[in-house]
Amino acid sequence: MILVTNIIGLLLFFFVIWWFWFSTPRVQKVDSKIIDVLVDNGVYTPSPIEVKQGQELTLRFFRKDASPCAEKVIFENWNLSADLPVEQATEIKIPTEEKGEFIFTCQMQMYRGILKVI
Amino acid sequence: MTKKARLSINGLSCAGCVNTVETALRGVAGVEQASVNFAEHTAFVEGDVAVEQLLDAVKKAGYEAAELKDESDTEQKQAAEFAHYKQLLKQAIVAGAVGAPLFVLGMGGFLPELSTASGQLVWFGIGLVTLFVMVYSGRHFFKGAWHSFLAHNANMDTLIALGTGTAWIYSLIITIAPDTVPKLAQHAYYEAAVIIIALINFGSALEMRARGKTSEAIQRLIQLQPKTARVVRDGKELDIAIGQVGLGETLRVRPGERIAVDGEVIDGHSSVDESMLTGEPMHVEKQQGDEVAAGTINVSGTFLFRSKRIGAETMLAQIIQLVRQAQSSKPAIGRIVDKVAAVFVPTVLLIAIVTFLVWFNFSENDSISLAIVTTMTVLIIACPCALGLATPISIMVGVGKAAELGVLIRNGEALQGAAKLTTIVLDKTGTITKGQPTVTSLDAADGATEEQLLQLAASLEQGSEHPLASSILKAAHERELNLFEVEAFHAVSGKGVVGTINGEQALLGNSKLMSEYSIDVSSLDVRSEQLLQQAQTVVYLAQAGKLIGIVAVSDPVKEDSRKAIKSLIKLGLKVVMLTGDNHKTAQAVANSVGIKHVISEVLPEDKENQIRKLQENNEVVAMVGDGINDAPALARANIGFAIGTGTDVAIESADITLMGGSLYGVIDAITVSKATIRNIKQNLFGAFIYNSLGIPIAAGVLYPVFAVLLNPMIAGAAMAMSSVTVVLNANRLRVMKSGREQ
Repeated sequence: MILVTNIIGLLLFFFVIWWFWFSTPRVQKVDSKIIDVLVDNGVYTPSPIEVKQGQELTLRFFRKDASPCAEKVIFENWNLSADLPVEQATEIKIPTEEKGEFIFTCQMQMYRGILKVI
Repeated sequence: MTKKARLSINGLSCAGCVNTVETALRGVAGVEQASVNFAEHTAFVEGDVAVEQLLDAVKKAGYEAAELKDESDTEQKQAAEFAHYKQLLKQAIVAGAVGAPLFVLGMGGFLPELSTASGQLVWFGIGLVTLFVMVYSGRHFFKGAWHSFLAHNANMDTLIALGTGTAWIYSLIITIAPDTVPKLAQHAYYEAAVIIIALINFGSALEMRARGKTSEAIQRLIQLQPKTARVVRDGKELDIAIGQVGLGETLRVRPGERIAVDGEVIDGHSSVDESMLTGEPMHVEKQQGDEVAAGTINVSGTFLFRSKRIGAETMLAQIIQLVRQAQSSKPAIGRIVDKVAAVFVPTVLLIAIVTFLVWFNFSENDSISLAIVTTMTVLIIACPCALGLATPISIMVGVGKAAELGVLIRNGEALQGAAKLTTIVLDKTGTITKGQPTVTSLDAADGATEEQLLQLAASLEQGSEHPLASSILKAAHERELNLFEVEAFHAVSGKGVVGTINGEQALLGNSKLMSEYSIDVSSLDVRSEQLLQQAQTVVYLAQAGKLIGIVAVSDPVKEDSRKAIKSLIKLGLKVVMLTGDNHKTAQAVANSVGIKHVISEVLPEDKENQIRKLQENNEVVAMVGDGINDAPALARANIGFAIGTGTDVAIESADITLMGGSLYGVIDAITVSKATIRNIKQNLFGAFIYNSLGIPIAAGVLYPVFAVLLNPMIAGAAMAMSSVTVVLNANRLRVMKSGREQ
């Protein structure tokens, strides 16, 4: 019993490290000019989003979560942000001239999304 | 997803244009339907398309377009927030109503032992009831935690779901099979799980209420926008929704009404209260040709104006946009915290696992029970919210407060920069002075007349954009003088203008220009000296190599400049005046307002260099100017302040824009910035201390020595209150006094 508990504990410990820091969720490749992003349950869906460099891109955020955490989305790299009214779509035009991985978050960084420009 | 957009189209002159615009709109990929209403000059578009693409298409077809929006967003937002607040309260009450009696019964020893079959049955029943409560009151935590987990992300939901979930599952295990743990550890934590959920929901509800106040400033700005407007169409006056007002329409404003969109007065006159945009209490006189801004109040007369900017283009909309943008930005201090916040929750998970294993392996008695309690408490007490909220919530209130005072702060960097300034460089014209120069005297040289002097000077100034030019032209206009045609006109930077009038070369400018062309000005030396001592600007006029006379121009100092400069010096700042004007005039102005450091006779292109020199002496420099002529200097300075009055200020040009035109705005900007940065530091300090003390105590570090173990329910209450405290502290910024009130 003691041994099993310890093994499970250690496995959990390494799982947390691997899952949150060393593995990434499946990337959604997108060709369309407009991508609908759902803001609900503490996550942006889809995320990560992968787009091609120079591709015209508008992210259309649809906020379902009424908690104040979700009320803003911020793209720190480009100094872009938008208020997201509940049950409404909000469009943000995204520059894709530069390659790289860009994080978008809520004000408190609890909601986190990734945009990959390749 | 299909969405609908309404556009205002300007330039539709015939029914044929309707076709052109409709075809252009239908040509945009994603548009399903587009129809243009010729009578209303609007277009209605449906389809899966970005509005910018629609606007581009209309522009390419040769028309102007703007999006028309309903301003019901605010009410919708408030309604949604209130519904969520009520929901959270309801969930808190339900969980509390079940958890509190269980807690009291347990403490009073009224609940049965788990070691008997009947006791097990009672506890199983309690387990089921609490499960329902957890599903009703806490499902958002579990849903959030699960979705975040799938996205390889962890947040507050993760911690609460794991904390309460662990407590409940452990309790269920020992309810079903109590013998799997030692007798001492046979204690269920159902009530703790639901009380924690009650407390955290209650805390979130409180936080939401307090948060509503943090965005009051922007709400107030949004509410300045009237919902209807009175337009004059085909000679008839109609009250219509604001979204239906097009470009180039004639609108009537009656006394006491708010102006609906930006425009230019075409008939009538009145005084307008612009304080809501500029922070300046004085009403502004408006007559034909003057600009009026949406959101300001017409105080006395009735007038007609033509709409020039509507929807998102109005000054008010731009201010709202800028404030919103700034409220979301972070100063460098906040970015460091973001890095911590990003790894915070997984780190707490690791600490929780280690805590469990340490207690499980190294405590003598009751190890499983201690391990469970400490792990649960670690998960519950850790508060990523207080950490994450600390910076944005203060910025939100600080930037909003500044906007109320007529100070627009571009972003968090500007805010942090303004709090660190050591030197303020003030441009003279339009910053210290009113920027409305008037001709005060004309002194003709021997053989010339005053009229001749003014006529020639005004003729030369026709093509000039210098601020002095308008005063000379105005004086000539008042005397109804006819102006000459000027040939070969050119401006000599920092010196004046040169042109040919009636075949003879004419020069208008300062003494440097005169000496460059070897003009003898000695005959008027005494007079010019007198004028300079009186802080007047002296402009020489010469024609055909001979001095014709001097024009004295005076730009009065703003009423509150002296007091404001005194307050800036009191704040410990070095105040410098920078001007292209003659040294004596500059010194006279500086003396009148109490400035000791004067840099005069600076060419416009050299202002930037002067700022650089100050920076090389380790000064953190702010430049205050009109934002148009001083753009390079403003950009060079650590913080550029653009100063303007109401509608004519270039918001885009500076780090901080002072809408009111008073130097008190600089004091307000600095005071708000310092207070906001201090507030952020307090919040961060509190959040860091809370977490770095709370987590070890929750993990039980005090237990071996003092036998003190934190109750998970107290951890829940502390966690709920920590973010409320941060929001309340930020709210203190709302009651700060302005520079004038201090």
